[in-house]
Parts: sequence; structure tokens; C-alpha cells
Amino acid sequence: MAESATNLETLAPPAELRRMEAVPNRSLGWLTDKLTAFNEGKTPLWWWILFFPAAFCAAFVLPAALIYKISVGVGVWGNNMPVMWGWDIINFVWWVGVAHAGTLISAMLFLTRQHWRNPIGRAAEAMTVFSVAMAGLYPAIHVGRSWFDWFMFPIPTYEGMWPQFRSPLMWDVFAVNTYLIVSTTFWYMGLIPDLALMRDRSKTRVKKFLYGLFALGWTGSARQWHNYEKAYLILSGLATLLVFTVSSIVGMDFATAQLAGWHETIFPFYFVAGAVTCGFGMVLVLLIPLRKLCHLEDIITMAHIDKICKMTLMMACVMGYIYAVEFFIAWYSGSPYDAWVFGHRMFGHQYWYGGWIMICINASLPQLLWIKKVRQNLPLVFIIALLLNIGMWFERFVIIVGSLYQDFLPANWGVYYPTWVDAGVFLGTLGAFFMLYLLFVRFLPMIPVSEVKAVTPQADPHRSPNEMKGAKA
Amino acid sequence: MSEKLYGLIAEFDSSAAILSAAEKVRDAGYRRWDVFSPFPVHGLDKVMGFKNSKVGWFSFVFGAGAFIGTMGMIWFMNDFDYPILIGGKPMFSVPMSVVPSYILLVLAAALGAFIGMIALNQLPRHHHPLFGKKRFALVSRDKFVLAIGAGDPKFSESETRNFLESLGGANIDLVEDKD
Repeated sequence: MAESATNLETLAPPAELRRMEAVPNRSLGWLTDKLTAFNEGKTPLWWWILFFPAAFCAAFVLPAALIYKISVGVGVWGNNMPVMWGWDIINFVWWVGVAHAGTLISAMLFLTRQHWRNPIGRAAEAMTVFSVAMAGLYPAIHVGRSWFDWFMFPIPTYEGMWPQFRSPLMWDVFAVNTYLIVSTTFWYMGLIPDLALMRDRSKTRVKKFLYGLFALGWTGSARQWHNYEKAYLILSGLATLLVFTVSSIVGMDFATAQLAGWHETIFPFYFVAGAVTCGFGMVLVLLIPLRKLCHLEDIITMAHIDKICKMTLMMACVMGYIYAVEFFIAWYSGSPYDAWVFGHRMFGHQYWYGGWIMICINASLPQLLWIKKVRQNLPLVFIIALLLNIGMWFERFVIIVGSLYQDFLPANWGVYYPTWVDAGVFLGTLGAFFMLYLLFVRFLPMIPVSEVKAVTPQADPHRSPNEMKGAKA
Repeated sequence: MSEKLYGLIAEFDSSAAILSAAEKVRDAGYRRWDVFSPFPVHGLDKVMGFKNSKVGWFSFVFGAGAFIGTMGMIWFMNDFDYPILIGGKPMFSVPMSVVPSYILLVLAAALGAFIGMIALNQLPRHHHPLFGKKRFALVSRDKFVLAIGAGDPKFSESETRNFLESLGGANIDLVEDKD
């Protein structure tokens, strides 16, 4: 075997084409200490400063808005007769979108063997888990009588009724719940070896017990790793499928409706692309401050930010293309209703600003990322990413409210304004998301330690002894 | 409190060292032995003679079962048990049922992979004889441990100890299984 193997050195690419170093060339012990330092150190002040407002929104604003909404009814929202989908569905689509980039980074880049993804995979996957949980809340309360939510599941009821599987809304129930369960499983399984690490390192009995409980007795034996790697591969393949199914089913919710601005075959793809764009924005918003605050600049390097910026740029170009196709088809189809809706997206007197925000931010602003100086300017990248999140939110506003408020009969037209309850629920979910994320960063290793170690140069047992000398202590 | 022998363990410092030690253990004819490492060591699967992990079968069976089961469930609910005619559409058709079936395939296959991993690794377990050793905690950090089980037909406390020493293992230790 060994003799017949190709001589890899003759095939090695020139230096400028070689992949970036996935992780710094340091000893395994150094990496372990570095990557668990934040979990084991004292809670820094900034953590409390960020945690308290987030926890307040999650613990008080969200329940208050929810209790009020559930006990009084959907009427407390701004939803009205032509605009029966308002902020609740906008936020649902937005949160699902945020989730997608996490899966794309953690699963799809794993399948394509992009080793640089290892340090940021878990942080991205955590974003997925928490944002899908937030997304799942919205349809559950949007139905009005939330206590009948169980009608959506195939449970035999006393009336013998079953869910109606001809509706994409029904598919959505399965898609979102599946996404939540699969991404949580994927995230948790990735955590098991690191939970074992935390168990082995913890000094107090309580910590040892809790980490040990969730580590499930992981020993790191070759047999365990053998099955684990296979399961990880399968899970990432399946999670990758979900990147393409969840948002496309959300897109079908719209596309099946006979409404100008929704009834488009591009919608499934459109929603997936929009979701990933928005998610990359959120990844940057989370990682740029965290790498600094948690002192992980050596691990999440500028090269990582650069790569995510480039992917964001690519997705922004896709968005620009989709917007162009939509406007073109609206004109080319010759349908007066389509022309009306799309004309009013940009030049209507009610929501014209939404269309401009959508095009200026989502498709145009990220074009700045072509410039290397911009990609290296962290504050600027952070601002672009934050604006991208807002811009993508407005895109959903344009699609949902912008298409609904003026439908086929002018007698039906109306306008939509959100109420404080709409804002309260959104603020509450934002708070809950950031609270969960902060807890994750504080108590679990944000960087997958075992995965990072596995791609260090010294992890490769076949390397030549000369390369070993490069490793710093 | 019965105490029986679990085996002998030896520590190594690098993945290259553990890989070459594992090769020698295999060549020496030991059968019940294992390697503990902070990350999966490339090439160890082959040395230890692992066949393709059975996790894939768990995933396949769960996934296929869920796909067929969901198709059947939708047929039962929307065509057989309580048919409702909507817009003259067929009571049961592939386009209406393939999407939820596919999604539940993904769900079940993912859970199957996870359950398969847990089951094949015999997790969760709250106790392992090696957890009794203080230095074993370093495996998750940067040590590589080779363990030769007492149940191995070739195992003998003194000979195996000498063998592990000859491989360059450090901190060779006898592990007892305290129940």
C-alpha cells in the first residue's frame, strides 16, 4: 500500500494556492488551555453587561407580550384583513434565515473538507439551534388559538380529524421541527468529546458532575471515535440537506398563494439564498466581537473573517441576481398585478423605502467586500453585517406586507402598522437568542477543541519529523 | 466491592508515537486492546482493523422506515381514514406526500445516526475503570493512552508491562475494575 501511494510532495500546490493554516501551529496542551480559558476564567464584566438586558427581554418582555397576545388574541398585533401576515411571519422567516448560515458553515463546509471551518463550526451551529428555536415560536403563536397547536401534529383527535398534507404550511411544521431537532442533535454530538474534556478539567464536584452527565461517559477510545466520525459525517450530510429544504418550504408557503409578488417559481431558491445571506451577516455580527472579547484572535483569525466576507459577497451577488430576475419577470410576464406590486415596491407611496433598503443594503452594500482593505477593517465589516441583517429583515417586510397590502381589488386595500406587542415579541426573541448565546459562550467551549486539535499539523501521524519542529510550545 | 483486573495502560506523547505503538501491538498478536486519544488519529482505524462503522445502517434503516411510514401515514390519514376532497385534487398523490416524507426521512436518519453512535459506543455509561486513574484525565488534553485488556489471551502482567515499556510507553499502570 505505502509503496504504491502517490508521492504527495510532487503534487503539493504552490505556496500561494495552498490552503490557509486551519489553526495555529501550537502544542495540543496550549490549544486546550487557550480554548477552555474563557469557560474556566472569571465571568468578565462585559458578559454581565450584555447578559442582563438580554435576560431581561427573555424573562420579562417576551412572556409579557406572549401572555397578553395569547389571552387577548391576534388582534393585539397589527395584522389586519389585507395584511394578515405581519411581523410574526417576517420574524419567523428572518430567524429561519439566520439559522441557515450556521448549518452551511458547520455541515456543508465539513463535507467539502474545508478545515478552516473547524474553529467556527460550533459557534455557527449554536446560532442555528437558538435561532430555529426562536423561529419556531412564531408560527405557534401566529395561529391565534395557540392551545390548538397540537392540531398540527398527526395525533388522533377526538373528532377523528387529521392534518391536511396538501398544504405547504403543514410541511413547514415538519420542516422547522425537524430542523430544530437535527441541528440540536448535530450540535450536541459535536459537543460530547469537549464535554468530556470539560469534565476532565473541572475542579469542583458540581461542574464535574454536570459536564460528566452530558459527556455520557465518553472516553475517547478509538472505537468510539470510529463510530463517532461516521455519525458526524452522516449528520452533517443530513443537516446540509436541511439547508435546502427548510427555507425552500417556507418559500413554498408563499409561492402556492395566488398573490402577485408571492406566486413565483423562484421563491424556494430565493428564500434559501436570502436565508444564507442573512445568516452570514449574523455570523459576522457574533464572531467579530466575540473573538476579541474572548481573546480568540489566534484561533478565529482575520483569514476566517475574510472567508466569511467572501461568502457573504457571493450571496449578495446572488441576491442581486434574484432581485433583478423578479423585477424582470414582473415586467416580462405582462401581468398588470405583478407590475403594480413591483412598481410599488420601489415607487409606491406607502412602503417604497422597504424596496430601496432591500436593494441598497442586501445587493449593493456588500459589494464593498470586493475590496481587501474593507474585509480587513473589522468595524466596517461589523457594520456591513449588521446592516445586512436589517436589510434582510426589510426584504421579508417588502415581500410579505408589500405584496399583501394592495391585492387584486382596490376595495380591499389597507395599510399595516405593527403594534407594541409585535415589537415586544420580536425584542423578546432577540433577547432570548442573545441570552442563550451568551450562556453557551460562557459554559461550553465555543471552539470545538477536539476538532481544532485534529487539524493541527502535529495531529497528523504521517507528517515528517522536520515539520514537527515548527510547533511552538 | 469486587475488584477485577481491567488491564495495563501506557501513555504516549504524540499521534505518530501511538500509531507506531499500535502497529506493534497488533503485530505482537494482541486482540483485546484499545487506544484513547483527544481526537481521532488518522490511520488508526486500519491498524486496529475496524470495518466500516455500522452507524450508517442505523441511519439507513431509520430513514427508510420513516419515509415509507410517513407515506403510509399520509395515505391513511388523507385518503383512507378521513378523506376530504379539496379542489378536485387526488386524495393521495406523490407530490403532496413526498415533501413531509422526505423531511421525516432526514429527521429519522439523523436520529438514527446519533442513536447508532450512542448504542455502538455503549453510551451513556457513568463509570469506566479508566476514570479511576488520575492521569487518564489528560487523554482529553494531549496524551495518547494505549490499553491492553486483561481479557486478552496473550495478557500477562509482567510480560505485557515489559512489552509496553519496549514500545516507549510512559507511566505504565495497572488498572483495576472497581464495581
